[in-house]
Amino acid sequence: MSNAISISGLEKHFGHVAALDGLDLEVATGEVHGFLGPNGAGKTTTIRVLLGLLRSDGGEVSLLGGDPWKEATELHRRLAYVPGDVSLWPNLTGGEVIDLLGRLRGGLDESRRADLLERFDLDPTKKGRTYSKGNRQKVALVAALSSNVELLILDEPTAGLDPLMEAQFRSAIEEDREKGRTVLLASHILAEVEALCDRVSIVRKGRTVESGTLHQLRHLTRTTVIAEVNADPSALRSLTGVHGLKMQDHRVELEVDGDRMAELMTSLAPLGVRTLVSHPPTLEELFMRHYQDGENRE
Amino acid sequence: MKSLSGIGALIRLFLRLDRVRLPVWALVLGAVPVGTASAFQGLYTTEASRLELAATVTSNPAFTALLGPLYDPSIGGLTAWRIGTLGSFIVGLMAVLTMIRHTRDDEETGRRELMGSTVVGRHAPLAAALTITVATGVIIGVIITVGLAGLGLPIEGSIAFGAGFTAVTISFAAVGAFAAQLTQAGSTARGMGVGIVGLFFVLRMAGDVSDGLGWLSWLSPIGWFSRLRPFAGERWWVFALWIGFSVALTTITLVVQSRRDVGEGALPPRPGPARAAAGLGTTSGLAWRLQRGSLVGWTAGLGVLGIIYGAAGDSIGEMLADNPQLAEIFEQMGGTQTITDTFFAAAVGIIAIVASAYSIRSVLKLKTEEDSLRSELVLATATPRPRYAWSHLLYGLAGPVVILAVAGALAGATYGAIVGDVAGETPRVLVSAMSQVPAVWVLTGATIALYGAFPRLASLSWGVLAFCLILGQLGQILQFPQWSLNLSPFTHVPMIPAEEFVAAPFAILLALAAGLVIAGIAGFRARDTPYS
Repeated sequence: MSNAISISGLEKHFGHVAALDGLDLEVATGEVHGFLGPNGAGKTTTIRVLLGLLRSDGGEVSLLGGDPWKEATELHRRLAYVPGDVSLWPNLTGGEVIDLLGRLRGGLDESRRADLLERFDLDPTKKGRTYSKGNRQKVALVAALSSNVELLILDEPTAGLDPLMEAQFRSAIEEDREKGRTVLLASHILAEVEALCDRVSIVRKGRTVESGTLHQLRHLTRTTVIAEVNADPSALRSLTGVHGLKMQDHRVELEVDGDRMAELMTSLAPLGVRTLVSHPPTLEELFMRHYQDGENRE
Repeated sequence: MKSLSGIGALIRLFLRLDRVRLPVWALVLGAVPVGTASAFQGLYTTEASRLELAATVTSNPAFTALLGPLYDPSIGGLTAWRIGTLGSFIVGLMAVLTMIRHTRDDEETGRRELMGSTVVGRHAPLAAALTITVATGVIIGVIITVGLAGLGLPIEGSIAFGAGFTAVTISFAAVGAFAAQLTQAGSTARGMGVGIVGLFFVLRMAGDVSDGLGWLSWLSPIGWFSRLRPFAGERWWVFALWIGFSVALTTITLVVQSRRDVGEGALPPRPGPARAAAGLGTTSGLAWRLQRGSLVGWTAGLGVLGIIYGAAGDSIGEMLADNPQLAEIFEQMGGTQTITDTFFAAAVGIIAIVASAYSIRSVLKLKTEEDSLRSELVLATATPRPRYAWSHLLYGLAGPVVILAVAGALAGATYGAIVGDVAGETPRVLVSAMSQVPAVWVLTGATIALYGAFPRLASLSWGVLAFCLILGQLGQILQFPQWSLNLSPFTHVPMIPAEEFVAAPFAILLALAAGLVIAGIAGFRARDTPYS
């Protein structure tokens, strides 16, 4: 399977500041790929290099099989982009902007345009300056999603949307996935990435720190266990692979490495388990770990 | 007063934001009158030489049209005449632009909302903007008063000159505040505000050049400056006009502001079309949509100026009819025709400077679009960068041609209609206007070159224009060395129709402009966008 986006060792400096410091990103054709990282991690800079707006200072970048800087115009016919901070022309209506961007990309799917306007509950007759942040975002989303393109590049597309609209956005992306479109979804909204993405790359300070399917990433990490027991749980302290043990009377809360679960269960059972809650790490926790103690991750 | 709470913090914020801009305005506007007076002192040392200069300028209505009447041939009187009216116009622009930048622009972008959620009273941003604008006017006034008095000019006149500029600043701060209330868009408010400054300038011009309509000058805060008569028997009561005007307009503004919502204009927005028209599907269609309003506005404004110049051209003839001795002098100098030709060449030179301002503004639209990240939306589509840059650059190049053609043709036709030779005069002034185009294009080229290669410095193109304006307006009378005059492209344009057409300077200016444009496009192609 060929890759829609292939980046290795990408570098970009702004003055003395290294915005990207050897970033890698592989997005397979047809997948919805989550591009996760906190503000300032380098997501937007990466996207701007992919769009040929910024020139890379090092590393390899291939977009839809081409060079994003040299072949920008040809490649842009095949993709649509929604910026994180959508700024519209104050005097143009939302409907005009959607049509304009669609035409500049080479055509709009009329029925999808109408359908999306309906689903996003967007009034296309309002002028750009009167839209709220969320509505400006919807304008850019409708324009991108109703374009006939292979690749969607979305930079925090739901940052201004309410939960209802977010759900509409997710179902629209699901439809795109079924059509075989490739989607690069930059986000720090974890639930969104969890719900939509086939694979995830996590970036931090301009580098990729983790990449894989959610399943693969979870495998590397710990499961949270919360239990109430009858006996004194102090013995759990000596177990290998148990972290962050908190005991309050008979209540235990801990994290356990994925491959040490069996031993934990063996040790818990004799204590007389009254209740047991266990959940796989949410992306939230994955994320927190990468950013909070990322320097000395075990 | 609760409605003013937070004003201190806002004033500090605005001063921080304008820490370069306002000092530059204040220094330039304060230093130019003092420098001019100092240069006059060195150049016109004898009473006789000053009287001779006064005789030349009072006999040419072009000077009166542009600069207002000369009341006294002393150093102070000459300085007040040379700088006062045009300076008041520029001080007015400064005040209007500063006010709108800190009121309506902030509301439009939502920054006002951010401030409003903190402890900031309803009128605080307006009051803070007024405070810093007026303070700038006071500083300009102090620099002028101290500078002129320091040169040994009479103290009363120095105070009147300085305080006059302060009063003009205050009046136009009120104009800016008022314009900011009316519309949602900062750009529209700016257009209105600048339009009002221009209207007051034209009002006084019409009043100054025609005998019967002299009262028109009394309707203009710019006209009041020459009526104040610094160094020519100061009429201190003129300050009451400025104060009354400012107080009345500010009161109206406060009433309007109390009645409207933050972010809203007094004129309500209307819904627009749900679908884009067929023309709005290309980069050039978008540029037309974004540029057409200002092109029409500037063309109309300068068209009116052309008509006024055309009408003023005829008053030369009248003046000569009234004064047989003067007519004889002009006959010896080459006849009435030469005098009118010189007048129109000078008038067209002024129009060309304003057309250059339009050109710079429309090229810098590229920077506005890039700064607001709207350019990113377009450049992420199948739009090559050169095509995108050209879509706006087109207005920078073709716009001045349209403006100069309309203004030149209207000036010629108006003058022709008065003297009974429309078919003859129209093409004469039109050709004169068109001859300025290559010089304007050099400034257009400088702007795109700066934007393409050094986008952070693109606003310096306004400095280049100011430089050309100062050289063109003051260079000859202050006897600047020729090499410095040669730095302005306008110096190299022959004074058609007074002078013969020569091809060489045009070819050089066109080549220079083309080189700058090519460099600018190449720079834009090669650099990061948004620039860092």
